[in-house]
Amino acid sequence: MNLKEPILEIEKDVVLKLYETMLKIRMFESREKDLIQTEQEGFAHSYVGEEAIAAGVCAALRKDDYITSTHRGHGHMIAKGGEMGKMYGELYGKVDGYCMGKSGSLHIADFELGVLGANGIVSGGIPIAVGAAYSSQMRKSDQVSAAFFGEGAMNQGLFHEAANMASIYHLPVVFVVEVNHWQCGVRYETVYHRDVINNIAVRAQSYGFPGININGNDVVEVFKTAKTAVDHARSGKGPYLIACYTYRIETHFMGDIDIRPKEEVDEWRKSDPINDLEKRMITEGIISGSDIEDTKVRVSELVEESIEFARQSPAPKPESALEHVYAKYP
Amino acid sequence: MRKIEFREAIREAMQEEMRKDPLLYLMGYDVGEYGGEFRVSSGMYAEFGDRRVQDAPINENGEIGLAVGTAITGCRAIVEIPFMDFIPMAMDAIVNQAAKFHYTFAGQRSVPIVIRTAQGGYIRAAEQHSQCFENWFVHVPGLKVVMPSTGYDAKGLLKSAITDPDPVIFVEHKLMFPMKFEVPEEEYTIPLGSADIKKEGKDVTIIATSYMVHLALNAAAKLEKEGISAEVVDPRSLVPLDEEKILESVKKTNRVVIVHEAHVRGGWGGEMAAIIADKAFAYLDAPIKRVGAKDAPIPFPQVLEEFILPSEADILDAVHVILKQ
Repeated sequence: MNLKEPILEIEKDVVLKLYETMLKIRMFESREKDLIQTEQEGFAHSYVGEEAIAAGVCAALRKDDYITSTHRGHGHMIAKGGEMGKMYGELYGKVDGYCMGKSGSLHIADFELGVLGANGIVSGGIPIAVGAAYSSQMRKSDQVSAAFFGEGAMNQGLFHEAANMASIYHLPVVFVVEVNHWQCGVRYETVYHRDVINNIAVRAQSYGFPGININGNDVVEVFKTAKTAVDHARSGKGPYLIACYTYRIETHFMGDIDIRPKEEVDEWRKSDPINDLEKRMITEGIISGSDIEDTKVRVSELVEESIEFARQSPAPKPESALEHVYAKYP
Repeated sequence: MRKIEFREAIREAMQEEMRKDPLLYLMGYDVGEYGGEFRVSSGMYAEFGDRRVQDAPINENGEIGLAVGTAITGCRAIVEIPFMDFIPMAMDAIVNQAAKFHYTFAGQRSVPIVIRTAQGGYIRAAEQHSQCFENWFVHVPGLKVVMPSTGYDAKGLLKSAITDPDPVIFVEHKLMFPMKFEVPEEEYTIPLGSADIKKEGKDVTIIATSYMVHLALNAAAKLEKEGISAEVVDPRSLVPLDEEKILESVKKTNRVVIVHEAHVRGGWGGEMAAIIADKAFAYLDAPIKRVGAKDAPIPFPQVLEEFILPSEADILDAVHVILKQ
């Protein structure tokens, strides 16, 4: 990976926070890969390899800004400030989970953090993020919304409808496309025209707002671009689209078959966003090798504590399955 | 008492609530300056302006998804999908998003949206502009389904639906929009989950929804002349359902005909019949009869459309059949 301009122009605290966030996501997901195949039920979708996108974009957002994400939503939740104990709690289906165990991985949400839900429908969260921006406009607030989704989801009609409405209503929305190359078991190059595959951001043009293609594995580039996009939206200039090119290192869901050539996956491991940032931080004297090791130990301990918290949390009572169907009945 | 059109009653409900809540808005294509495809929102754009009465592109799924996003961040939404036939375009936003959020997020937020849509035929609008899908939504936990048959019911129920914290499918009927009904000047609401006896009787219970209430009342008037006293019960909301009042009527008359404009097969009549058979079996002196559209798409010309859609004669036939038993 080429060295870019020095990252010192971003404050050291911000860089360290970006690093720690990516580490948290990586370790959370890596442990989850074991847990989902042993102690937990259901399905989880790994964000390993894509950490720079969640970390970089969420670092550019305020706590009261909104995000929506997808089935691959653990990274965004952590980056927005999610507590890993309550997240694991949810993945274990326990009462101390974010949704009292009712949702599991797919719709994990915390409205206090502005996380309006992961979503089991790949483009389902996109118009919801646009709606949150419409609400922000109605309330004369300067809150911004970010919608995270994959390039697979971008082919659903809902993306088109949401992007069009965001542009005509001039809404403060940042659309973040995570181009991770694989739409479950299908290469994205087969579902996008060859003239578009390296320029997915071009689709923004049809709605009249800016779109930019960036290296989604460079957390500094993601952060800087996100800051530009968020400021653009917050200052009333309307939507912005960032196409982050990255790679889904793990399989579609944890434990799935892998039809990809091993060489392809190994090649992408060489562009690991966390390794990349570590190298750059050391080269530029932001952090020492032993600081990195200390951080890893600290985060690893936090992850283990979180898992233990979740294990100890009680399972929900069966009758609680009938609660919350309605807010008010009749 | 003054008489106003069904559409005006709906309009008044929206206006009254929007004047109280600056974060309540109406969205749909043609609701703005055009005044709505059925002239329901006439004059509202002039009063409330952009974003409060907001014209939308033709994007049902997106605009209901957008409505969900506004509703979980402090606003309330009314979305007008003028023809119920267009609702399949929005099934994800209604079924997978709006209906699920309060539950799947364990009560963190609810989704206070009302989807207003007009169903029904008898106007030669043909296969893709005449359908009735209320039962699809009865089947989705998390949704409420309201079907008023009069302007009085519509206004009171819509005000309740708007202030309800949950997503409500508010089903109107194209033929009823110009019909005039007595509606008080003073504000009032009707709670969801309360059925209404539109006509008292003792020989047979006719449960009818939406426009079929009027067919049932006409049939009941004819039955009176034959010496048959029919009780016409209007559930007004299918979810929540006022089982108590409906079953009370069945236990009194011992015979039931259920009438809806939707197709008989898989229609709400089956759901209602099963509830009655389960909870009032001992009171029944005859099988439960259902009247609805025959199981074919709604065709264009009058001669064919009338053959498929339910008629007064169908209701009379059903009553006669079960009274013989």
